[in-house]
Amino acid sequence: MTYNLLAARGLTVGYGATPVIHDLDFDVPQGRFTAIVGPNGCGKSTLVKSLARVLATEPGMVTLDGKHVQAYRPRRLAQRVALLPQHPTVPEGVTVRGLVARGRYPYHGALRQWSPQDTPAIDQALNDTGLTELADMPVAALSGGQRQRAWLAMVLAQQTDYVLLDEPTSFLDIAHQVDVLRLCRNISNQGRTVVAVLHDLNQAARYADDLVVMRDGAIVAHGRSDTTLTSSLVSDVFGLDSMIGVDPCSGTPMVVPVAD
Amino acid sequence: MAALTVLLGATCILSLFLGSRPNGVADVVDVLTGDGEPHLANVVASRIPRTVLGAIVGAALAVSGTLIQGITRNPLGEPGILGIGVGASASVVTGTALFGALSATGTMGFAMLGAIIAVAVVLVLGGRSSARGIVPLILAGAVVTAVLYAYINAMVLTLPQVFDSYRFWMVGSLAGVELSRLGQVLVPLVIGFCLALLIARGMNALALGEETAISLGFRVGATRLIGIIAAALLAAVATAIAGPISFIGLAVPHIIFALMGEDFRWRVPAALLGGALALVAADVLARVIIRPQELMVGIVTAFIGAPFLLMAVRRGAVTT
Repeated sequence: MTYNLLAARGLTVGYGATPVIHDLDFDVPQGRFTAIVGPNGCGKSTLVKSLARVLATEPGMVTLDGKHVQAYRPRRLAQRVALLPQHPTVPEGVTVRGLVARGRYPYHGALRQWSPQDTPAIDQALNDTGLTELADMPVAALSGGQRQRAWLAMVLAQQTDYVLLDEPTSFLDIAHQVDVLRLCRNISNQGRTVVAVLHDLNQAARYADDLVVMRDGAIVAHGRSDTTLTSSLVSDVFGLDSMIGVDPCSGTPMVVPVAD
Repeated sequence: MAALTVLLGATCILSLFLGSRPNGVADVVDVLTGDGEPHLANVVASRIPRTVLGAIVGAALAVSGTLIQGITRNPLGEPGILGIGVGASASVVTGTALFGALSATGTMGFAMLGAIIAVAVVLVLGGRSSARGIVPLILAGAVVTAVLYAYINAMVLTLPQVFDSYRFWMVGSLAGVELSRLGQVLVPLVIGFCLALLIARGMNALALGEETAISLGFRVGATRLIGIIAAALLAAVATAIAGPISFIGLAVPHIIFALMGEDFRWRVPAALLGGALALVAADVLARVIIRPQELMVGIVTAFIGAPFLLMAVRRGAVTT
């Protein structure tokens, strides 16, 4: 039994009769920033949702500290593992602080709707995401990038060991994508485990510690982000002929499609 | 919040002093201090249950509407979309057809029973809703409402004596209510209010989307079910006491949202006060507006609710 380990064992999960993911094993690398990449529909989101028990799985398929996630009280588990879904809903009229404060709900009870660590945790989360000045703004009035920061702040206020992010950079322009990735890097540097579903291989290779490459509901490669990407892997998984270059700033691998 | 409380207190006092026939303020004070004229004493004594039950009915409807709007994310959400009012009506119509004119207690019993059966049917038809969100539930509510309306229409059109008693009941009125009615509904009422207050955080989490709510440690299905049960109990109690009073359950939650913001931990208690205030105020107006006769409060609620709802909408706080 391993302590403080979030893991999938024989994970088989799907939305209908045919499973999206079949018999998958995965130990989430602790204290690292892992990017999950792969073609559309390969099961990336399904994997993080299963790890975050947002998708129901059979007992034993997902474990934390060697214990079935179903054996935890939902609130207790929410103090350990947080998921930022791809399309969360912004309640009409909610302020940034009001949204971030909801990250504290796992620490409250039905009758004890406040905890002394709330204010420092919320202030810290706002500070880490650079939103202190915007705390009293309605979330609806923020730009797309600021809004994503607000959601990340909510997840940070949850103060979990594991932070799972389902496509946190999709629908953002490139500056805000980089912004979110740097934030993920910082979160990871603070000692938390970050797992993010990403689309951009070059960004994944540059900002993440580890890469998990998925295809057809299975993990086909898992390793350090600076050594995992090869042109044969990209060809296998994405069906794209490419060359692997070197990122001029970070020296990390960079996938470049070959000339037509 | 404090302002709402003060306004509610003032309106309740007003409700004791104003009736369908003019009377002196000093005379009512005499009655309240124990040495008034006997006839007026009776009149004032009849205004007390009206005020108390009016406040309770209004509070119950507004809290119920707040929960329904939160759960269904439907700006037109109100207790009616679960088939509560129409269920109570259908049950009262059936009772009247079978047993002739019902006593006040009989009407209440039938209304309560009908409301609860209607909600139960809606929950069974639209239940297991977590897979497809809340849509099946709303559709089930629409189906049950349509069928029961057809049934009510068939009954009242073919049985004139049913029509006569039904047409008064269906508007909703606080005239002639007795405090003893409160005893019969106290338990579901208190349970409903307590559940509504306890579920406020869950409603806040649900407003972030189902996946976020689960990630924050909430059981989405259970939270919704508790919310619906609370809303159903409260609306059923309100309907049993005063008939299907319209508009409070729709308008007050919107107005409270415009005033208080989106946090259900404030919206639920504020709706409680606001709903009580709205219905007692409507009932006072109902008594004085066409003196010496009085209107049924169900007619007045729409008239006084409409301008407030429009104001809230025009402020831009209510969007669809």
